[in-house]
Amino acid sequence: MSLTFDDGTFIRTEMVAPMPPPRRQVGVIGWMRENLFSSIPNTILTLVGLGLVLLIVPPLIRFMFIDAIWTGQNREACLGPEAGACWPFIKAKFGQLIYGFYPIDQRWRPDVVFATGAILLVPLLVLSWPFKRLNAFLFFVIYPIVAFILLTGGNINLQAFLFEHFGLLHSVFGHVHVAGVNLVFWADYVLTALIVVAAIGGVIGLIGGDGRAAARSTMWVFFAFGLLVVAWDIDFGLPYVETRQWGGLLVTLVIAVTGIVASLPLGILLALGRRSQMPVVRLLSVVFIEFWRGVPLITVLFFATYMLPLFLPQGSNPDGLLRALVGVALFSAAYMAEVIRGGLQAIPKGQYEGAMAMGLTWSQMMRLIILPQALTLVIPGIVNSFISLFKDTTLVLIVSIFDFLGQLRASFTDPNWASPVTLYTGFAFAGVVYFLFCFGMSRYSLFVERRLNTSHRH
Amino acid sequence: MKRLLSTFAVAGAFGLCAVSAQAAKLDQVKSKGFIQCGVSQGLPGFSTPDDKGNWTGLDVDFCRAVAAAVFNDPTKVKFTPLSAKDRFTALQSGDIDILSRNTTWTITRDTSLGLNFTGVTYYDGQGFMIRKDKKVNSALELSGASVCTQTGTTTEQNLADYFRANNMTYEVIAFATNDEVVKAYDAGRCDVLTTDRSGLAGERLKLTNPDDHVVLPEIISKEPLGPVVAHGDDQWFDIVKWVLFAQINAEELGVTSKNVDEQQKSATNPEIKRLLGTEGKFGEGMGIGNDWAYQIVKSIGNYGEMYDRNVGPATPLKLERGANALWTKGGQQYGMPIR
Repeated sequence: MSLTFDDGTFIRTEMVAPMPPPRRQVGVIGWMRENLFSSIPNTILTLVGLGLVLLIVPPLIRFMFIDAIWTGQNREACLGPEAGACWPFIKAKFGQLIYGFYPIDQRWRPDVVFATGAILLVPLLVLSWPFKRLNAFLFFVIYPIVAFILLTGGNINLQAFLFEHFGLLHSVFGHVHVAGVNLVFWADYVLTALIVVAAIGGVIGLIGGDGRAAARSTMWVFFAFGLLVVAWDIDFGLPYVETRQWGGLLVTLVIAVTGIVASLPLGILLALGRRSQMPVVRLLSVVFIEFWRGVPLITVLFFATYMLPLFLPQGSNPDGLLRALVGVALFSAAYMAEVIRGGLQAIPKGQYEGAMAMGLTWSQMMRLIILPQALTLVIPGIVNSFISLFKDTTLVLIVSIFDFLGQLRASFTDPNWASPVTLYTGFAFAGVVYFLFCFGMSRYSLFVERRLNTSHRH
Repeated sequence: MKRLLSTFAVAGAFGLCAVSAQAAKLDQVKSKGFIQCGVSQGLPGFSTPDDKGNWTGLDVDFCRAVAAAVFNDPTKVKFTPLSAKDRFTALQSGDIDILSRNTTWTITRDTSLGLNFTGVTYYDGQGFMIRKDKKVNSALELSGASVCTQTGTTTEQNLADYFRANNMTYEVIAFATNDEVVKAYDAGRCDVLTTDRSGLAGERLKLTNPDDHVVLPEIISKEPLGPVVAHGDDQWFDIVKWVLFAQINAEELGVTSKNVDEQQKSATNPEIKRLLGTEGKFGEGMGIGNDWAYQIVKSIGNYGEMYDRNVGPATPLKLERGANALWTKGGQQYGMPIR
């Protein structure tokens, strides 16, 4: 007998095609239900957010684009009850906002500096591109020297190194200049170098050390330093532009980049110093860090600019921008040190012990094992410091250095452009510029974090 | 071209410092080749950068006039924009040679800060601005008004003194920056805006409808603004002082930048001859050229020209001469005689 199931029931032989999910669960509507209106508090938040956007964005767009005034020669263009942003004001002041009071016919020099900086920086930032070592050398060593020469004009006035202070060589040779290079100074320099090298070699040798090696490394120091100075001493025929004439975005970038580039290595050294076993090094690092963290940046800048000349002897008056730069760099180094110390503390003890068990020296251990991990951990903190440093540069206004914002504020006072909308236009523009820089840094840090952090992801 | 970026890179790095003796200000200025002049970081009509990045304004022009007298060249001056806080420190530390930054001459500043005021380039005073439709013609009718002003300034103090002396009530609405004050007044948050009269003229340009507002005639404080030099160098003090007197004298005598060449050649009036250096040797007494006043008038103009160019009725500020007219025309500008 055969078993049949033919009792009139229907048996499906193939799978039913799945029904489309309910319309309310998919697509835009589904996404909105899930993310925007999933609960009552969420719905309320969404509505409030939407309300805020509606409140802010349309008037902003109206002000910045629809009602904006695009052409004009002076304030007359931007008057009127319906006037929006006064873009001709930005156009008229644009050069000043970028270069400050840099002479107009010399503005190609900051242009070249900007362009070279960008060309060198981009390959450095793209992690997969080759020649990182060469690139870093160019950017961190050669570029600052070139930028310094281009921006100031180079050809600094070298007067005396050591003997010349006592008028020893001057009486013999007089002043001899070749291509802007002060030969008497260099005779002085070489003489001093030889004496110091001989002295160091001799002393080290006498107390039983490797006198030859000591003398050789001292000579290298003198040689490198000499190369640096001779580059500044040569007359390239560029007119001198003193730093008082710099301003605008140029100054903002000079201060921010110098601060960023100087604060990272200094901060690493200070952080290592603070965790060092050597009491003197540790004490000095702690004192340095706590001192700079204990005083406000404004005080530092004011002191460096106006009080320092009272203590220094007449005539040895370092450049105003340089004073501010040193202040900003030391200040941010102290903060950076604490950020990096946080990273160092997060490294498990096993890493140190493992490194030591491998027979690595202290510097190898730090360089190969600890620092790469510690720095990766604190990338957000480091970039946070960079961004706040970038924005803190506006404080140099109080010591009469006109950065981007300072230059903008000075432009507001031009009676030819005084109008009800000038202020808003200026600040809208400044906001956009600052946002671009800070947001760029922040996105780049996220990218690097993702690239370096893959193994830590769970 | 050699320059004074100095030995800081090298000597500084090795801790060596060149020491030079303190010299007279005029010699210092001559040897460095320019005058370092402290100006405001931006005040309409007094010191403000124009579209090309040149400093313009009354305070700025005065420094150029000093440069013209010392160097025969008004461009040999460099400007340091200073905030109100750091202006005196900059002068005391020798960072600047002249402070020409709308600074009010008061006894405290003149006597206890180690400074000398050399004269008055602009007689200012605190005033009131009010909407025309309030139909107020005098500050004495302001009882009960709300007044917008900036915090922590002498303006606030003068305001309190004035209303108390006249037995009037008022409500003060104070803001941290000038821009906020103007915006609040423009938005109608207060009835009256008060600051220095020259400032009122500048702020007025930022209002939505400048013509709807009127400046009341009362001046409730004395704000004589003038250049300042540091104590300790009377020769330099004399030069800066007499540059202004020369400009006022030139206006009194009708010598302008346009006719100064002709006047120098053909003037018969002995006063003009003495002013322009064709008679007497007055520049020598100060250590500068005898044609010092000629150089000033030639490049910067007399006081009236300087005033009209920067703040006068033809500029956006539209400030009448008022107290700054010559003494012969009912004002207070009086040039000490050159003889």
